[in-house]
Order: sequence, then structure tokens, then C-alpha cells
Amino acid sequence: MSRNPTPFGKKERAALLDPVIAVNPIAVQVLGICSALAVTTRMDKALVMGIGVTLVTALANLAVSLVRNHTPGSIRIIVQLAIIASLVIVVDQVLKATLYELSLELSVFVGLIITNCIVMGRAEGFAMQNPPWISFLDGIGNGLGYAVILLIVGFVRELTGAGTVFGVEVLRLTKNGGWYEPNGLMLLAPSGLFLIALIIWALRTWKPELQEKD
Amino acid sequence: MPRLDSTGYTVMFATGVSVACALLVASAAVGLRDRQEVNAQLYKQKNVLLAASLVKPGQAVSSAEVQAIFDRSIRVRAVDLKTGQLLPEDKFDAKGYDQRKARNDPAQSRAAPANDAQVARLPNYGTVYQVQGADQRVEQLVLPIEGMGMWGTVYGFLSLDRDGNTVRGLTFYEQKETPGLGGEIANPKWQALWVGRKAYDASWAPQLAVIKGQAGPPQNDPHHVDGLSGATITSNGITRVVRFWLSDQGYAPYLKTVRGQEKS
Repeated sequence: MSRNPTPFGKKERAALLDPVIAVNPIAVQVLGICSALAVTTRMDKALVMGIGVTLVTALANLAVSLVRNHTPGSIRIIVQLAIIASLVIVVDQVLKATLYELSLELSVFVGLIITNCIVMGRAEGFAMQNPPWISFLDGIGNGLGYAVILLIVGFVRELTGAGTVFGVEVLRLTKNGGWYEPNGLMLLAPSGLFLIALIIWALRTWKPELQEKD
Repeated sequence: MPRLDSTGYTVMFATGVSVACALLVASAAVGLRDRQEVNAQLYKQKNVLLAASLVKPGQAVSSAEVQAIFDRSIRVRAVDLKTGQLLPEDKFDAKGYDQRKARNDPAQSRAAPANDAQVARLPNYGTVYQVQGADQRVEQLVLPIEGMGMWGTVYGFLSLDRDGNTVRGLTFYEQKETPGLGGEIANPKWQALWVGRKAYDASWAPQLAVIKGQAGPPQNDPHHVDGLSGATITSNGITRVVRFWLSDQGYAPYLKTVRGQEKS
């Protein structure tokens, strides 16, 4: 693969921006659903998780791409896994040292970034075949695509389930003397699945080329 | 360069990657450990202050403020759980005492008798956070509590008035209950329902309970707290945990000595 002369050529822009909408990892590739259900009950959790996944995907892609020509094919998956796992532990440790109270609520899901299909999928599917810089951008793009969906789902779930946005009360709840009775179903995992399905539906109606012919 | 798929090269490559990853993880863990421990300690102290209502829920307090309020108002003491006697401060460093570590050390703990709060081990000494008023008088006693909720052990603080009976506050600083259901035990609005309830009945048996449905105001319904809908197991777990630590296994012997002093 030939290297582009500019660091932000057409191909690099595509690697960075396409995953945000056109080939969104959650809505189009349908990867990383598990954690998207778990961390979207509140927007602050969704945001931190989105940043964490973006960092891990970008750095894992970069590292995997750097050693791609030296990696024996027989152990490439476990090499990718070791790199990803190390980065996830670092992210977890940094969270505990900086945003301690949030890390208490997120902790198990931060650890589970290891099993997030997006990270591994991009490392194996993209970084193994492409040079470091564009792989790095692809990782950021896919992380952002994940974060965007998380934030949309988190916004709807937190607003309807708890009447708040980023923990600030927007709809006055009946228990605080307001009018809004929160919908507890929105805080449970199934509602996340419904919302992601609705997003996928909307996206495929807007961009009919995403629909598979059967 | 050797062939990529040769065994020797594969082993060499795997070793190299492992060492690099291990170095990365180890340096992150070691480099950040101090800050993490400070954070964990501060978070615990903040929860003591929350239980004692020295910090209001949702109030933005900096780490320095938490530290300052804690140092000004809290006197950390240790108590022998069996006898209920406070340990002299010059003989025992209560501030540096970690009850959760001691509980797992056979030299400093014992197996707990069978109990429904599922507390497996009891430390010999329990921490008591004495909340001091303006004239150095003890106003509240904040007691650490722990035990089984639904998904895991919940850790929290129960604050009692100096009468050793009236609840002044309750917080949980570590819990794994279902968010939105059992996780509501961390909700300050629910925790506020505990304030003013009485821990014991006339014969000094622990009576606090999370009930199904709504409890009356503290003056009519002194021992009961509203249940959390959809979280019966967590609610029952909290009842058991609170009662365990108020029983003779927990802080009851100490609270008896407190009541004795209060009367005299």
C-alpha cells in the first residue's frame, strides 16, 4: 500500500470520518453491543466509556500496525490481545487515579473493553494490513463512532429513565414535586437494545445503500 | 532476518511482546498507586462526612476541603468489639488502622458466628468515627458497616446520635447492586429517609428494617424505612447488615457503654 504524501489526504480523512456514521461500528457493523447496553444508563458513564474505547482502539491499532510485518501469523491474535489488554489496564488505572468516583461505577465495564469486539475487530481487520498512521486514525474514528451512539442512547435513557442529563435534573420528577414519572424500563438493558435497533433502522432508511439485498 | 513462521522467532517475538506489555502495565500500576490510594481514602472520608451530614449530598467539595473538615470534626477511635471499650489513643493508632485489612488477618480477627448478613470474619477492633461539636463534645458516632446485598458486599457508614440510638445518617461507599433498582441504596434521597429513626426498641434489640412499601414519619414509625421497589433482596440485605452491626456481634457492647455515659 502506497503512503500518501500528506498526513490528512482523502484516504486518511475517510479512515477517520467514515466510521462515525457511514460504517459506524455499532449501527452498521453491529459490534460492541454488549457494553453499549451496560454503560448507557447515564451520559457521564457513556462519555467516559466512549473516550476509553477511543483511546484503546487508536493505540491498539497503532501498536498492532507497527509490528504487523514482524508478527508471526500463528500467534497474531494473542499478540493483539496482549496489546489490547495492557492498554485497557492502563486506562483503568488512569481512571482510578483521576476520576475515582466514576471509575467505581464503570470499573467492571472498563475491564470489559478487552472483550469489546470493535477493538479486536479493527486490529485484526484493519491494522494488520495498513500502515501505522492510517490505522491510528481508523482507531480514533471507530472509537468516536462508538462514542456517538453511546451518547445518543445514553441521552435518551438518562432523560426518560431518570429525568436528568449528565446528572442535572431536566424533567422535574414527581417524587421531587414535579410532573415527570421516570420510566424505570429505560434503565434496564432491553431498552438499550430497542434504542440501538431504532438507530439502525433510522440510519438504513436514511442511507438505503446500507440495506442488504436478500 | 529469520523466517516469520519459524518456532524460534515466534517464541522470541512472543517473549518480546510480553515483556513490553508487562513493563507498560507495571509502570502504570506502580506510578499511579499513590494517587489511587489517596483517592480511595478521600472517598471513604467523604462518606463518613456524608453520613454525619457534615457534607451535603451533591455539594461540590474539593479534596482539600474534605480533608480539612475531616481533620477538624472527626476523631477516629478504635473499639474492642467484644468488650465495647475504646482503645486508648496513645496505645493504638486508630487513624492508621484498616478494619478491612484486619478482618482478613487471622491475628487480628476471628470467624464470625453464623449470621444472615453473611459477614464471614469479624475484626477484633472496630473503627468508630466520633463527630465532635464546637466544645469537643461527641455529637455523633459514625460506624462502618458491611455485608451482603444482592450482587456483592455493600460497604457503608451508619451515623448514630450520641444517645447511641437515633440514626443521623447512612451512606454506602461501595456496592454492586443493580443500577436504578437496588443501586438506589446509594441515592441520597432514600438515605435521608433513615434520619431520625430509632435503632433499638425499649429492650435494646436492633429493630431497624427496610420494609415493603412506605413507612410513616419517624415519630409514628420509628424503626422502618421505605422499601426500594424492584429490589426486595437488596432491601432485605440492608436490613440484615444494619441489624448485624447493631447487634452484640457488632457495636452493641460499645453503644451500651456510650448510653451508660450519657445517663450519668
